[in-house]
Amino acid sequence: MKRLLASTAVLLALAMPTVAQEYTPDPDAQPGGSIVITYKDDVATLDPAIGYDWQNWSMIKSLFDGLMDYVPGTTTLRPGLAESYEISEDGLSYTFHLRAGVKFHNGREMTADDVKYSLDRVTDPATQSPGAGFFGSIAGFENAGPDGLSGVEVVDPATVKITLSRPDATFLHVMALNFASVVAKEAVDEAGADFGKKPVGTGAFKLGEWTLGQRLVFEKNADYWRDGVPYLDSVVFEVGQEPVVALLRLQNGEVDVPGDGIPPAKFTEVMGDPAQAARVVQGGQLHTGYITLNVTIPPFDNLDVRKAVNMAINKERITQIINGRAVPATQPLPPSMPGYTEGYAGYPYDVEGAKALLAGAGLADGFETDLYVMNTDPNPRIAQAIQQDLSAIGIKANIQSLAQANVIEAGGAGTAPMIWSGGMAWIADFPDPSNFYGPILGCAGAGEGGWNWSKFCDEALDAKAVEADSLSDPTKAEERLKLWSDVYMGVMEEAPWVPVFNEERYTMKSERMGGEDALYVDPVSIPVNYDYVWVKQ
Amino acid sequence: MMTDAIAAEAHIPKGALARLIQRKLALIGLALIILVVTSAVFAPVLAPYAPDEQHFDGLTLEGAPLPPNETFLLGTDLLGRDLLSRILHGARTSLIIGVAANGLSLVIGTLIGITAGFFRGWIGALLMRFTDLMMAFPALLLAICLAAIFHPSLWIVAIVIALVNWVQTARVIYTQTSSLAERDFIAAERTLGAGTGRILFRHILPHLVPTIIVWGTLGISTTVLLEATLSFLGVGVQPPTPSWGNIIFENQTYFQSAPWLVFIPGAAIILLALAFNLVGDALRDVLDPMQRGQD
Amino acid sequence: MAAYLIRRLLQSLLILLGVSFITFVLLYVLPADPVRQIAGRSATAQTVENIRRELGLDQPFVVQYARYLAGMVQGDLGRSYLQKTEVAELIASRLPATLLLMLGAIVCELAIGLTMGIFAALRRGTTLDHSLMMMSFVTVSAPQFVVGLLLLYVFAVKLGWFPIGGYGTFAHLVLPSLTLGILGSGWYSRMMRSSMLDVLRADFIRTARAKGLGRVRVVLAHALPNAILPVIAMIGIDIGIFMGGIVVVESVFGWPGIGQLAWQAIQRVDIPIIMGVTLVSACAIVLGNLLADLIAPLIDPRIRLK
Repeated sequence: MKRLLASTAVLLALAMPTVAQEYTPDPDAQPGGSIVITYKDDVATLDPAIGYDWQNWSMIKSLFDGLMDYVPGTTTLRPGLAESYEISEDGLSYTFHLRAGVKFHNGREMTADDVKYSLDRVTDPATQSPGAGFFGSIAGFENAGPDGLSGVEVVDPATVKITLSRPDATFLHVMALNFASVVAKEAVDEAGADFGKKPVGTGAFKLGEWTLGQRLVFEKNADYWRDGVPYLDSVVFEVGQEPVVALLRLQNGEVDVPGDGIPPAKFTEVMGDPAQAARVVQGGQLHTGYITLNVTIPPFDNLDVRKAVNMAINKERITQIINGRAVPATQPLPPSMPGYTEGYAGYPYDVEGAKALLAGAGLADGFETDLYVMNTDPNPRIAQAIQQDLSAIGIKANIQSLAQANVIEAGGAGTAPMIWSGGMAWIADFPDPSNFYGPILGCAGAGEGGWNWSKFCDEALDAKAVEADSLSDPTKAEERLKLWSDVYMGVMEEAPWVPVFNEERYTMKSERMGGEDALYVDPVSIPVNYDYVWVKQ
Repeated sequence: MMTDAIAAEAHIPKGALARLIQRKLALIGLALIILVVTSAVFAPVLAPYAPDEQHFDGLTLEGAPLPPNETFLLGTDLLGRDLLSRILHGARTSLIIGVAANGLSLVIGTLIGITAGFFRGWIGALLMRFTDLMMAFPALLLAICLAAIFHPSLWIVAIVIALVNWVQTARVIYTQTSSLAERDFIAAERTLGAGTGRILFRHILPHLVPTIIVWGTLGISTTVLLEATLSFLGVGVQPPTPSWGNIIFENQTYFQSAPWLVFIPGAAIILLALAFNLVGDALRDVLDPMQRGQD
Repeated sequence: MAAYLIRRLLQSLLILLGVSFITFVLLYVLPADPVRQIAGRSATAQTVENIRRELGLDQPFVVQYARYLAGMVQGDLGRSYLQKTEVAELIASRLPATLLLMLGAIVCELAIGLTMGIFAALRRGTTLDHSLMMMSFVTVSAPQFVVGLLLLYVFAVKLGWFPIGGYGTFAHLVLPSLTLGILGSGWYSRMMRSSMLDVLRADFIRTARAKGLGRVRVVLAHALPNAILPVIAMIGIDIGIFMGGIVVVESVFGWPGIGQLAWQAIQRVDIPIIMGVTLVSACAIVLGNLLADLIAPLIDPRIRLK
């Protein structure tokens, strides 16, 4: 078993968003072959404007391309459909020069019109895209509709110019999101709302067959514009497979990668067997599990109470409950995220100290409150561990274990004093520190219905965040990360969250799978980068 | 269903209790009920630990539960809690919901059944069409939706179950009431000028008592099963209150390596439901011989 | 007969209308906003309002329900909020799995239940009879998930005879069908036992016996066909019970039917899917009951259609 966290972190430490130009292909890679991937849940859609699930995220990445892309196995940006780009002095306009000769799966050549169409489409309310919000910095976003985005202009068939309404250092990451994928207009027109089942993109694979609720087959796009990839002739996804079943089938050699990972009950068994453990790949994940403390609901409006809660939670015990498949967290950002503050120890686990803080706040006898949690395992269990920790300092937390949608509603409405984020927790959309702030810790998300469930809003921190994101000049990347680190340290001082743990990913692969381990814990193409893995013949 | 039953003339047959006691199966059922009631009432005394105490030595280093051992007689669950203590306290949850939900559903069912059966006309028709409508609902989906609307607590779960479960009772009571209402002695009472209330309470209701007792007993079994199912799906009784259903829900992922965590509470559910079914069936035989074999 | 059928069908339509109305009301008052689920976590308030308007969810309840009804009348169950796929298509892709399971369950129920009932009746009053009847009590007292997990543990985990869940081959079908079959067999065995006892007491059986026909022959050729009919009428009602509990058995065995579809939709308030599955299940229940009522008089001439 190899641990990849360290190597990823080194790559991340390189100033971002500088752009790595090329990826060195695997010299041993062999073309051909087919692999089988399993998932429990059905694939909802393959429309890049709609898909936002665990399983379809990486599938869409293989079917479509955006203007920007990541070096496989890393969080380093590289050009995608854009061959090159220029950023204006003020950081407000981006000019992308498109690659020549890129063809859609239907054989038509991709042009600048397709890029504009795709961005217009994803921001049009009629599309109902869950990703529309990411494009907020493009000029004309407020008036997005059937007439399109005024900020996106076709200069000539090979050039697109995008004008922003404010400098946005994360803009190139946004252009690498699935939501920014380039789609073929005529295919969307033809399929209408069913485009998600008949996707046409420029990606390394095209959709072969799809039997709803059972299986999908991706076939190699022989005309793919990147030379040499993909290696595989086809990828078969079998859905409706319980993780336990998938693992047994992997042990029998019928499955190559279980998409949902190693089920908890089998984890000890797999790790205890050296032959199997050797095929396990572990990697960091851009994920943080946290408890939100609603700063508008007494007594959580008192900073000392929030600090006391932070000190009362036994994070080691909670990671033990989930079989040690996570590391205790000290701050909102996960360790593999740029901007993570090294050396910050966080609030210590200190029951006596917590009691003293509560007593100082006039709550020596504790108080009663509600802890909301999503009702799928292991979240109610984790909530009960939190509940027991809180009772040790006199806080009686009643658990409200509800369906995901009900928890999100209570969080958005600001009626939930505490929420355990598990099952709805923040997994980064793109590898940039800003992604952990705006919607979940910033003032923008603190309004009615927003995802900032703490309803925490600190104008000074918000200003600093805006300052950081306006540093779009690549040479100022270090300075920007420092600013972000300060923002999160500022958040920790105000303690609207209890960061509890960062999940680790454990993926398993069959004997015949080739390609470097990083591809199996790719931070962006989760769970596997289908374009670059290969099989030994 | 074709429950064309004729209500027994006598309210409760003489010697019913004696005959009940002669039945072996009924006695087994009664013994099981007494066992569960005893564990429920004396749970705090009988249980070796508090049901929600998470023992630090109750999990292995890898976070796996402990098998039965000297300290934890039935082993521990995935949070390191004593399974025996949780099972004993879980009996309380099952009984409270069984009695409360079933009582409520019996009241709703009887009220609707009597009203529809006695008043006929449009009130009766309306009530029975509504009952038909409720019959057409996929019961579990309805219960899950209801549980999602009201944040579930012990009492909310009881109410949800009652709202889903009253239909069968209403139909049986309706059939009996409408056949009673046609009887000569009721007609005689009417001609003598007896008020509706008097007829209902003095003449109809007493005849329904055996049916209500039988359905009340059998219904507890249905209720216990529904509570367990809702809790198994994670939409029932809220943690950390132990319920036999939510013990299985919480530990299901480990059922291959720690089967006792699933099958001990599973056996408890079966035994309790079985007990009420056995006693209920015997009561039906004893109190209401005409209904035998009809469900 | 035709008039009766038409009246019953009209009644069934009214019932379905009622079911759709009540479900719509329940989902309307549900404290969760589907638009938040659609709009995603990075959405601005403006995006949320745009989507709400786009879906017509800003309209008053009556308008929303009227629109749904108008679609339903034309056979349009709408599109899933989150997947954008037509609900009818989603249900159609999963209904075969559910129907297959239903078929497997009914076959198992009848096979187990009828056998138990017949033997109990033939050995009336013996230990075998008592044990079988005790068994029938146990089966009606066991929850689906306990029996399902037990079968999985014994036959899949320990013995490895069947897969631990999933869908696709005959082997996958066995354990879930058996789970439902064992649970449903209790009612059938008791019905079969009493029906068989009634028939064995009947005059024509005594005549056959008196003619000197062998016991086995009498039972198989004369008693059984007559005793089985009233039990068969139960199947219709059984469909209703099956549809009521589909969520559990599908989740235990990872069976990709409409129960799983509904369960996932409830987590994320995908209202069109919840509505669609509820209506399809209600349809099956209503048709099952209708079937039971239509078969009854064919079997027992004493029962007449009212």
